[in-house]
Amino acid sequence: MYDFNYHRPGSVDEAVGLINEDAKILAGGQSLLPTMKLRLAQPSDVIDLGAIPGLSDISVDGSSVTIGATATHASVAASGAVAGAIPALADLASGIGDTQVRNVGTMGGSVANADPAADYPAAVVGLGATVHTNSRSIAADDFFTGIFETALEENEILTKVSFPVPEAAAYVKFANPASRYAIVGVFVAKTADGVRVAVTGAGGSVFRASAMEAALNANFSASALDGIAVASDDLNSDLHASAEYRAHLVAVMAKRAVQAAGG
Amino acid sequence: MPNVSMTVNGKAVSAEVEPRTLLVQFLREKLSLTGTHVGCDTSQCGACVVHVDGKSVKACTTLALQHEGADVTTIEGLAQNGELHPMQAAFKEHHGLQCGFCTPGMVMSAIDLVNTHPNPDEQTIREGLEGNICRCTGYQNIVKAVKAASDNMGG
Ligand SMILES: Cc1cc2nc3c(=O)[nH]c(=O)nc-3n(C[C@H](O)[C@H](O)[C@H](O)COP(=O)(O)OP(=O)(O)OC[C@H]3O[C@@H](n4cnc5c(N)ncnc54)[C@H](O)[C@@H]3O)c2cc1C
Ligand code: FES
Ligand code: FES
Repeated sequence: MYDFNYHRPGSVDEAVGLINEDAKILAGGQSLLPTMKLRLAQPSDVIDLGAIPGLSDISVDGSSVTIGATATHASVAASGAVAGAIPALADLASGIGDTQVRNVGTMGGSVANADPAADYPAAVVGLGATVHTNSRSIAADDFFTGIFETALEENEILTKVSFPVPEAAAYVKFANPASRYAIVGVFVAKTADGVRVAVTGAGGSVFRASAMEAALNANFSASALDGIAVASDDLNSDLHASAEYRAHLVAVMAKRAVQAAGG
Repeated sequence: MPNVSMTVNGKAVSAEVEPRTLLVQFLREKLSLTGTHVGCDTSQCGACVVHVDGKSVKACTTLALQHEGADVTTIEGLAQNGELHPMQAAFKEHHGLQCGFCTPGMVMSAIDLVNTHPNPDEQTIREGLEGNICRCTGYQNIVKAVKAASDNMGG
């Protein structure tokens, strides 16, 4: 890893002020540090969010669960308040990587990184969450824009995400047996505004399966998905799974998620 | 060079480090605590696991500077007054190791596992050790050792 200047700001404003063209934000470092070791990233400055008070807070009210950017996957998984309001969210966090990755990896890091195989993006889009930054709020459907790409500007820090409490929801993934990243993961949520189905791991970025949403709005049961095929044209193909296999998995994981959500 | 201070195995330590210094390099190279191993250097194998403020982390994937003020425990810090920690004793008793390369990380992860899941069943132990790879034992005796230790750790 190339050397860099390390910063440990005490507030979000101070952190934003330190950002320059070649700087990188550091949260849990579980994605950034491996990238730097491979010299795929060589920031001049690393801005560690780890010492900012309050940035890892988790709060739950009747209508939403709000998770601070630096809340670790382990703290979300262990939160009784999260499990009580949106069990699918606590369950998703508990299935990320392994214990040591969950002890340091953060919600904000996962969402900002937008890895095509990451779990959190499925919850953000599946629940229709709102992403808050130091300067604005961004709707889930506008946030993920491509492979490792989001709507975040260079000088923007993700501060928290608010997840509306659904009537029912579940996340089911077919995990890579070594890393636990999603080969395909499907988040299904029944909300006041209709059913949302978000798919991660299958394409370049998380996406909504609209044909499935329409079928589930008419009849919220796994059998409503019979015969709805997902086109494999734009799906990922790699040593773990072909695009055709991923398309098949989307249908299987979606049915299991609907069943787990009580449909 | 910036300075970092933390408590390691109960002792206050402080040193100048290059910002890119990983926690595992700090422990092995600055403090000569070579019980913490580096297997993969890519956050896969768990040979480098230590406790930071009581939680297990992979020391190869975190910077020393991120742990300013933290309380770090390594495998060297477990035995008290010449007596092995119950987890170490159980690994010895149940042959939970062969070459021993994975063992320090395995023991540190296993202690975190039993602390967070008192009295774990076999499934919980196997899932809890997902971040640790052993190339020798086939895991059977590691699982037995963790089970036995959990009975002795007041869990
Ligand atoms: C062995 C292993 C297994 C894993 N398995 C899984 C898995 O099963 N599922 C899964 O989803 N993930 C998995 N991960 C990834 C893990 O969840 C990471 O923790 C996560 O992707 C990144 O979070 P982080 O806090 O470590 O972020 P970092 O690595 O610190 O940062 C990642 C990126 O996000 C940016 N960033 C971080 N925080 C912010 C912020 N608040 N605002 C703006 N930008 C920010 C950084 O600049 C960087 O570009 C795994 C990782 C490892 C090492
Ligand atoms: S050396 Fe850290 S996980 Fe392998
Ligand atoms: S005992 Fe040799 S790697 Fe585990």
